[in-house]
Amino acid sequence: MRKADWMKVNVERCMHCGACVGSCPQNAIYLAEVMVEFSDACNRCKRCVKMCPVGAITMEAKA
Amino acid sequence: MKPDYDIIVVGAGPAGSWTAYHAAKQGASVLMIEKRQEIGASLRCAEGISQEGLNKAGITVDKTWVSAKIAGAKLVSPHGNLLRLDERNAGNEVGLVLNRHLFDKALAAEAARAGTTIMLKTSATGLTKENGKITGIVGTSYGEPFKATAKCVVGADGYESQVGRWGGIDTSLKPNDITSCFQYRMTNIDIEEDFCEFLLGSVAPGGYAWIFPKGGDMANVGLGVLGTKLKKTGEVKEYLDRFIKKDPRLKNGQPLEAVGAAVSVSAPLDKVTADGLLLVGDAARVIDPITGGGISNGTIQGRFAGQVLGELAQSGDFSAAALQKYEKLWRDELENKLWRNWMVKEKLITLPDETLDDVIDVLSKSNISKMNVYNLLAALKERLPDLVKEFEEFI
Repeated sequence: MRKADWMKVNVERCMHCGACVGSCPQNAIYLAEVMVEFSDACNRCKRCVKMCPVGAITMEAKA
Repeated sequence: MKPDYDIIVVGAGPAGSWTAYHAAKQGASVLMIEKRQEIGASLRCAEGISQEGLNKAGITVDKTWVSAKIAGAKLVSPHGNLLRLDERNAGNEVGLVLNRHLFDKALAAEAARAGTTIMLKTSATGLTKENGKITGIVGTSYGEPFKATAKCVVGADGYESQVGRWGGIDTSLKPNDITSCFQYRMTNIDIEEDFCEFLLGSVAPGGYAWIFPKGGDMANVGLGVLGTKLKKTGEVKEYLDRFIKKDPRLKNGQPLEAVGAAVSVSAPLDKVTADGLLLVGDAARVIDPITGGGISNGTIQGRFAGQVLGELAQSGDFSAAALQKYEKLWRDELENKLWRNWMVKEKLITLPDETLDDVIDVLSKSNISKMNVYNLLAALKERLPDLVKEFEEFI
């Protein structure tokens, strides 16, 4: 699995507010209008999962 | 080869537009890009600002972007003790609730009239460099690959603050310096139309809940919770929904707009400039760590940044050394207060509900003529000597 595929965003719950982007210590997230994209710089720290005000992000277990 | 522009500003929020305006006014060629399709939308803000903040940024009030004129603030402790502050003791700290949809457009329009080129739906996804020197941005515009070159790039990309990090300025935050927020613009609620309300304590751990009037029976009702106080994902919205349900003034209200956001509540950064790169506003992490307010600090920085960039465009020297002039100007104005408020925030977040009740109770009974940190501590000293001692270490 690509590293970035660990992170799942519920697009219907997401507010596209960028809380995850600015919270990411790896600068591994990019918000393109309404799409949240994760890069391979993600290190599974789950900061974005915690900081999301609506709980739109989940992390899958390593395959 | 001659660069396309003197300056590229990434992000058309208030700090970006105010930078662009002041730089362009002095004859610099400026491109301002905004990744969204509309400047000022969608909202990520509670929209309060002080008159003092607007004055310092050099922004003249225009009633088209004012939602409500505010006479004062109410601080409410966890068990309902109330401290009312108005112009007599809060002075120019009272102010306005903006309509950011229109405010942001008004500042961008000023930038445009001064000669700024604006591109919407145009994003930066990285910086271009030559021999280590920043030469411009790369991204997309209306879905097509886009590149532009400039002598200096301005990161005005808000909380996301990616431009700085691409350019080697570390703007990353610790969880205790992040507040995650949720807000509704509500209607059909029963509130005081000219008082901003701040509710402290466990209603919003490490942050506060707010009711900022938007005219008539409308208000921005929201709250922010500190990153280190969050236990599970999605909690922030749950805190807000619980708060609204419990407050008799709000429980019949209905939402017209939902807003998610995070704000930095950090100490000021060591540097917000590098060779050919400068940061303003939330991207530079200059949000007030106590209030979470950022429009005034951001536009104050934007004004200084634009002035310096406009001057430097004459010589074309945008080196880190030349940009020190900007660092000095904004730090002289904002840095001490940001440090002090960050230290006070670090202390405030440790106080239990009972202590906050005591603090507001004492303050509401004392007759403070002018609201400042020194007068506050003096008023608290008799009843809460230990607490005051802890705070006095910081000032």
